Amino acid sequence: MSQSAVSEEPLIKIRNLHFSRGSRKIFNGINLDVRRGQVTAVMGPSGTGKTTLLRLLGGQLKPDQGEIILAGEGDIGRMRRKALFRIRRQIGMLFQSGALFTDMTVFENVAFPLRVHTTLHERLLHDVVMMKLEAVGLRGAAALRPAELSGGMTRRVALARAIATDPQLMMYDEPFVGQDPISMGVLVQLVRRLNDALGLTSIVVSHDLAETMSIADYAYVIADGEVLAEGTPQALQQDPAPEVRQFIEGLPDGPVPFHYPAPPYRDELLGEVL
Amino acid sequence: MIGLDSLARLGRAGLALMAALGRSGVLFFQAVWGWPSGQGVKLWMRQVHFIGVLSLIIIVVSGLFIGMVLGLQGYSILVGFGAEQALGQMVALSLVRELAPVVAALLFAGRAGSAVTAEIGLMKATEQLSSMEMIGVDPMRRIIAPRLYAGFVAMPLLTAIFAAVGILGGMLVGVDWLGVDEGSYWGTMQATVDFRADVINGMIKSVIFGLVVTWIAVFQGYDLVPTSEGISRATTKTVVYSSLAVLGLDFILTALMFGRI
Repeated sequence: MSQSAVSEEPLIKIRNLHFSRGSRKIFNGINLDVRRGQVTAVMGPSGTGKTTLLRLLGGQLKPDQGEIILAGEGDIGRMRRKALFRIRRQIGMLFQSGALFTDMTVFENVAFPLRVHTTLHERLLHDVVMMKLEAVGLRGAAALRPAELSGGMTRRVALARAIATDPQLMMYDEPFVGQDPISMGVLVQLVRRLNDALGLTSIVVSHDLAETMSIADYAYVIADGEVLAEGTPQALQQDPAPEVRQFIEGLPDGPVPFHYPAPPYRDELLGEVL
Repeated sequence: MIGLDSLARLGRAGLALMAALGRSGVLFFQAVWGWPSGQGVKLWMRQVHFIGVLSLIIIVVSGLFIGMVLGLQGYSILVGFGAEQALGQMVALSLVRELAPVVAALLFAGRAGSAVTAEIGLMKATEQLSSMEMIGVDPMRRIIAPRLYAGFVAMPLLTAIFAAVGILGGMLVGVDWLGVDEGSYWGTMQATVDFRADVINGMIKSVIFGLVVTWIAVFQGYDLVPTSEGISRATTKTVVYSSLAVLGLDFILTALMFGRI
């Protein structure tokens, strides 16, 4: 990491973030920076609130406490509805399911953000959409409907749609989950290539460790509502803390227990039937 | 303590109901003030087609049968008093004041309301609403508002068609089959059906029913738990709540409109 990148103000600064769902605490005072031009990975076991973090960043959920500062715009958690919709134009998000609009073709899906946010002439709009589809390798699929696409293609179309209006920030929600090796390789390359070619800043939320580490500039490991460890992927590989080792080496049991909390096994089997 | 438990459950249910009413109120106002800029008319017309034009067949067929049954029943009652010439009046007043607004609204809830709930619910379950929000487009404007306005306009039109087809159905049975004089059928109708008191009041009912049914449908879709079970429950709720609301409101509106006679 160059010295200038460190001194520059991060694009997103999360400070002391608290969030609960009902009585369950999801985040308990998280601090996290997303630096400009980098791919920042947020990793952690399933159910640690990685997707929730992206929803907080997009302003779809409000934090109970703490700040999420988007450089130059202020605290996302305290923005009014109108301001939120304005800043979301600078944020692209790739949903785990792709979330394509099923009543539109691939072309119309990618054209959707351009149609609502720009006044491009139809001819120019066509060219922009085709360029975005070309970037994800699916120009030939423009006329297809979402139901006709494979899982990997769906995610690539969603990616083309997310970058259609050239956002500053791209957020990826588990982009590699459930993909065959070829689609996975394509997506891994795309995340990195698009980030560098378009000058984006990216956040990848994932538990696919090897793939995510291979493209991240900086990574956070979160569990139990807190940041367990942070650093470059190389530094994290060397981290001696047992929680981090368990996650990185994929051990079934350890500080993160294999068993969901339960009464003693003996009582369950030999005790009274409830 | 069983007593305390049930009291707590009652309290929780009451709070949940109040919260849902509050959310539906917020949704209503956000949608009413949220006419989508730019493509608004196009989106609205597509919804008028989806929930209005595509409901035409069920409305026309039901209207025809209800009119025919009214013709038959009306004739068999009126003929006892030698008053079968008044059949036109009876068929028209029953339809225009009551049956057309109420039955069309019930059919509308079953045909269009459930479809709207399921469509919005599935959009929510497949994260299409979330992704729309993240693209910077407010689903309240893009999805909810056009449907609400479409229901508001489609319902009175469907009601008018229902009443017109019903009156023709009554004539088919009364005049063509049972031999009531055609001149009397239309004449008594013309003389007794008042445009303001009957037709306008019927239309006011249908506008209110259209609004309530579409409101319930979009709210149930938008507020549901995004699972397959959640969608099925919400669709059922749309039909049940809409039907009860239509019948209850019909009594209140009738009492207000015709109660003093």
